[in-house]
Amino acid sequence: MARELKVGRGRLVLYQALLASAFFVAWWALTETKVLAPFFFGEPLKVVKVIWEWFSGGKIYPHLAITLWETVLAFAFGSLLGLIVGLWLALSPLASALADPYIKALNAMPRVILAPIFAVWFGLGVLSKVALGVTLVFFIVFFNVYQGVKEVSPVVLANARMLGASRRQLLRQIYLPSATAWVFSSLHTSVGMAFVGAVVGEYLGSAKGVGYLILQAEGTFDINTVFAGILVLTAFALLLDFAVTRIETRLLKWRPGQAETERL
Amino acid sequence: MTPALALSNVTCTFAARGGAGRYTAVHDTSIAVAPGEFLSIVGPTGCGKSTLLNVAAGLLEPSAGSVTVAGVPLSGLNARAGYMFQADALMPWRDALGNVAAGLEFHGVKRAEARERAREWLARVGLAGFDDRYPHQLSGGMRKRVALAQMLILDPEILLMDEPFSALDVQTRQLMENELLELWSANRKSVVFITHDLEEAIALSDRVIALSAGPGCRPIGEFAIDLPRPRDVAEIRLAPRYVELHEAVWRVLRDEVLKGYAQQRK
Repeated sequence: MARELKVGRGRLVLYQALLASAFFVAWWALTETKVLAPFFFGEPLKVVKVIWEWFSGGKIYPHLAITLWETVLAFAFGSLLGLIVGLWLALSPLASALADPYIKALNAMPRVILAPIFAVWFGLGVLSKVALGVTLVFFIVFFNVYQGVKEVSPVVLANARMLGASRRQLLRQIYLPSATAWVFSSLHTSVGMAFVGAVVGEYLGSAKGVGYLILQAEGTFDINTVFAGILVLTAFALLLDFAVTRIETRLLKWRPGQAETERL
Repeated sequence: MTPALALSNVTCTFAARGGAGRYTAVHDTSIAVAPGEFLSIVGPTGCGKSTLLNVAAGLLEPSAGSVTVAGVPLSGLNARAGYMFQADALMPWRDALGNVAAGLEFHGVKRAEARERAREWLARVGLAGFDDRYPHQLSGGMRKRVALAQMLILDPEILLMDEPFSALDVQTRQLMENELLELWSANRKSVVFITHDLEEAIALSDRVIALSAGPGCRPIGEFAIDLPRPRDVAEIRLAPRYVELHEAVWRVLRDEVLKGYAQQRK
């Protein structure tokens, strides 16, 4: 049984901040005393300085914008494609049976390997990264929509039919909302995957983006800049995740949450 | 008079789980409901009550036999019938008002008008002011009221009800039964009410049909309930005639209940 959390919200955030600080202090102390070689492990103060210069000097913005744009595009197209194909295969037994082995094969394939091919097809610009991100996002959303449609409550479905819903209305009013709940539960993973697609794509060949910055720094053994890039990416991944949570709570307010009581 | 709904010699056979052999849920059953009649079907748990209702609704095609609605053979869904399910059938992503309005919207009524009429119906089942509550925010009894309004708003000629109140506590249940009777007597529909609760069946109905235990269940007794209306389901249980009727039906049903119980224990 999970034990109840006894600390307040504000205190929890404080502890979380302390944990991060402790990590940075430990990192700093270990590299400062040369227990860990600064050449391999970087120096936190210099890392922070790089980040500061990136943001104050404005050098990071175009790169960050490109990476985020790729993420958003990959996420949007991947989700849309996953939703459409998921609905289609879930509602058509023949198509589903036909596609089944191929879907499994494509999902099992390590799709990062496709990045060089996409680079050849779509060039080194935004499009090849979006394509990689789409292949990553698509399967997560697809499987969730498929599952969501398959698990529509038969009673709710029969009820809607008795109330006179046409096939089209069933799709829009029953299957889609039911699948949406599943899609949203996968959204955190798929936003992360879109981000991975964008950065890995950049890392493997590009002229812009945070992944490109990291690649360049690695080429000159500038480990501090590599860490700075990783930290910036992590921060924005957290931000994206936060945005998804906000949208989720708004769109899925019909879903039962924890016991709700109102304070008088 | 043409019955509002008639099942003639209906047999329902399913492939048994695991693929070996067959399971006959309903065997050669004929049931007819007159217009405006309140018919209850009682039987032990596990007999084919729900199967019969699904056949009447057109959700399930019988293996043999036929269904006629107002004299016309039924094909596809029974558009003249409303169905109230035993399990929760509300759309969890629609609020109470949206759920009640759903049927009208499906039939192409404009959204604003549908919602206006849905609001009236919510008030009629005692849920005024609960418009924007989602099903998970309502109690079991309230959800049943929403389901009742959802069905009645379409003004169906036949009401098919599958143990609609079986999940409710006794007090809420009697309230709901009285409300159902009140709504029904204001606008007499044909009702097929499925229940395993004999007391409920007698208190509500004009006629009670007892089914045998499954497999292959069939009617084994039919009783006209000549209790005066309007009735109060709590008070009517004390009437001497009610006790007589209860005894008569129970005599027929008892052996079947024991049989059904023995089968389930196997």
